[in-house]
Amino acid sequence: MNNIVVLPLILPIMLGVLLVFLRPYVKTQRVISLLTMAAIAVVSMIMLGRIQEDGIMRIDFGGWKPPFGILFVADSFAVLLVLTTSIVTAICLLYAFSSIGEKRENMFFYPFVLLLVAGVNGSFLTGDIFNLFVCFEVMLLASYVLITLGGEKAQLRESLKYVLINVLASWFFLVALAYLYGTLGTLNMAHLAERVAEAGQDPILTTIALLFLVVFALKAGLLLFFWLPGSYSVPPTVVAALFGALLTKVGIYALFRMFTLIFIHQPEVTHLLINGMAGVTIFAGCLGALAYKDVRQIVAYNVVIAVGFVLIGLGVSTEAALQGAIYYLMHDMIAKAMLFLLAGTMIYLTGEKRFDKMSGLIRNYPMFGWMFFIVMVSLAGIPPLSGFVGKVLIGQGLIETSSYVLLALAFISSVVVLYSLLRIFLNAIFGETIISIEDEKPLPKGMLAPIVLFAICTIALGFGAEGLSSYVSDAANTLANPSIYIDAVLSGK
Amino acid sequence: METLMILLIGVLIAVATYLILSKNLIRVILGTAVLSHAVHLLILTIAGVKKGNVPLLKEADAPYTDALPQALILTAIVISFAVTAFVLVLAYRTYQSNGIDDLDGLRGPENE
Amino acid sequence: MKINDVILRTVTKIVIFIILTLSVYLFFAGHYSPGGGFIGGLVLASAVVLMYLTSDIETVHKGMPFDFKLVAALGVLIATGTGFASVIFGKDFMTQAAMKLNLPIFGETELASVVLFEAGVALTVVGVVVTIILSISEDE
Repeated sequence: MNNIVVLPLILPIMLGVLLVFLRPYVKTQRVISLLTMAAIAVVSMIMLGRIQEDGIMRIDFGGWKPPFGILFVADSFAVLLVLTTSIVTAICLLYAFSSIGEKRENMFFYPFVLLLVAGVNGSFLTGDIFNLFVCFEVMLLASYVLITLGGEKAQLRESLKYVLINVLASWFFLVALAYLYGTLGTLNMAHLAERVAEAGQDPILTTIALLFLVVFALKAGLLLFFWLPGSYSVPPTVVAALFGALLTKVGIYALFRMFTLIFIHQPEVTHLLINGMAGVTIFAGCLGALAYKDVRQIVAYNVVIAVGFVLIGLGVSTEAALQGAIYYLMHDMIAKAMLFLLAGTMIYLTGEKRFDKMSGLIRNYPMFGWMFFIVMVSLAGIPPLSGFVGKVLIGQGLIETSSYVLLALAFISSVVVLYSLLRIFLNAIFGETIISIEDEKPLPKGMLAPIVLFAICTIALGFGAEGLSSYVSDAANTLANPSIYIDAVLSGK
Repeated sequence: METLMILLIGVLIAVATYLILSKNLIRVILGTAVLSHAVHLLILTIAGVKKGNVPLLKEADAPYTDALPQALILTAIVISFAVTAFVLVLAYRTYQSNGIDDLDGLRGPENE
Repeated sequence: MKINDVILRTVTKIVIFIILTLSVYLFFAGHYSPGGGFIGGLVLASAVVLMYLTSDIETVHKGMPFDFKLVAALGVLIATGTGFASVIFGKDFMTQAAMKLNLPIFGETELASVVLFEAGVALTVVGVVVTIILSISEDE
């Protein structure tokens, strides 16, 4: 009996729906949504502890034994991501309280954030690939609403493209599912992995694997990221932060599951391709981050670079690289959310979108300026902040497999990330003050506090990497040895 | 039967591709709707068109047809229904506020 | 200009009851034969939409004074609630229960908790469909 596994999905759904009834009571909505996130964080911590003791947990819905029913499987990888999701969302909600505005709060903003989280958590925890599709759709529908909420002109224009691209990708996902079911006759991920191993991964299965690669690459922004910068720069700051932190990560998670559990027998085709795509993604992301002067565009291209970087870890797939990828994924969720909030706050304070039109913010808002410094250093991967561990471990994996070109690319990308953010820092944060004391817009505490909380998180993740290492190495171990996952699901306890 | 279905799916996909590649917004949305139907038929066909009896408890004396594809399709239909409705409303609102229903016009200003 | 819709109005008055009865039948048939909450809900929603077509929105709203967004929310709450109830009873999530009872008039009847789940589904479908139709048709 592991009903606890279903809580990260069902709590946000039920409470999110409850909030619909509480529409006029904005204060209550705020409290409930924040408490929900806190509850999920606690639940996932408990789950992490229990996975350490008893191994992977699973829950069969309605008592239908796998491979017949739908089930949720909680291994360390999934639960670590659920934990990070709930922390990031909770802090983003804090920022939303002071920035999102009454109009959106009245239009069911909080219920949809909770439904988004439900979709994200469901995607992380599910053990059934069709259920993964459904959870993706829950997440995407909530994201469609969040990106359009408010209905400004540019917002509607960009969100239309975002929605259409995702609808198309969803139908590709369904085509891939149809082929998979037609060939293997099952949809349970562990069962699929077992059957692929039995049958050997013949060309048909590899083709299906590539179809899945295209689908998830679209969702994760791996190579097919053309939709990302536009649509991440139109919604309100908080929504952009949530998207940047969570949505691409779900795509990345799905890629990890598919290519560490099911399609692992043709790495010379699939994993090589992932590596190539990740390399090109990093390169293109770097170009984008250097080319623009719009702060939000630079931040969006930083997301793209990180996607490529994490997926190099998957392409290499040694245990060290996987560990690094997991660390980096957690770090990136926190740091990207923080970066989006900082960029949004800069635009809020100055009313400008281009960094060359801002200057000297650190005199007016010293604390804010240093926060930007922290996130910059953290994303560049300077110890002891959180980006360091992930980068070193992925680098180690690259050296083990002697892929030196990717190694060079990965670390040059760190320099580019540093440079692209340093340009903003030197121009907008340092330099002559152009805002006089009278014109100075006050920086609300409710906006600064969440940013400081994120800074604390990234520092804590950097220093606390040792404390997390037992969980992360367990997660990487499960990813590297799919038989652990398969046994836990199919042994039929 | 399967061959016929596959041909039909091919025609539907071709129609959908043509519609999606056009510039008019409504056509694109109709294209995604047609594509969704094609995909549902694909699931139905690829998992095996009717082979045995109805998969119901009362009539389960003979070998019965796999019911899972139908369940998958039902779920997918619901999702496509919701998404299509949402996109239609979104397109309408975009048309209202931007005054354009042409994808070329939605490119957005340069250097924004 | 007033549209001449005598035929539509007259037919609707009769047909609406047939549709409603069919939807209830489909809903209860869903346990062992084709039907169920989703289909029953869709048919019910089509009845509501037909009413909106024949008389204007205000008139229908007077007869059914509830917000269909809330109906949908209530449906989701009921559906997930029945799934969650099994957690409270210490069973796996979404486990359903059924029992046979001898009711005075109906004789031996099977009562299943899945009916509650299906009721949630039906309410959700009605709420969502009507909300969609209304939000597309409402503004000019």
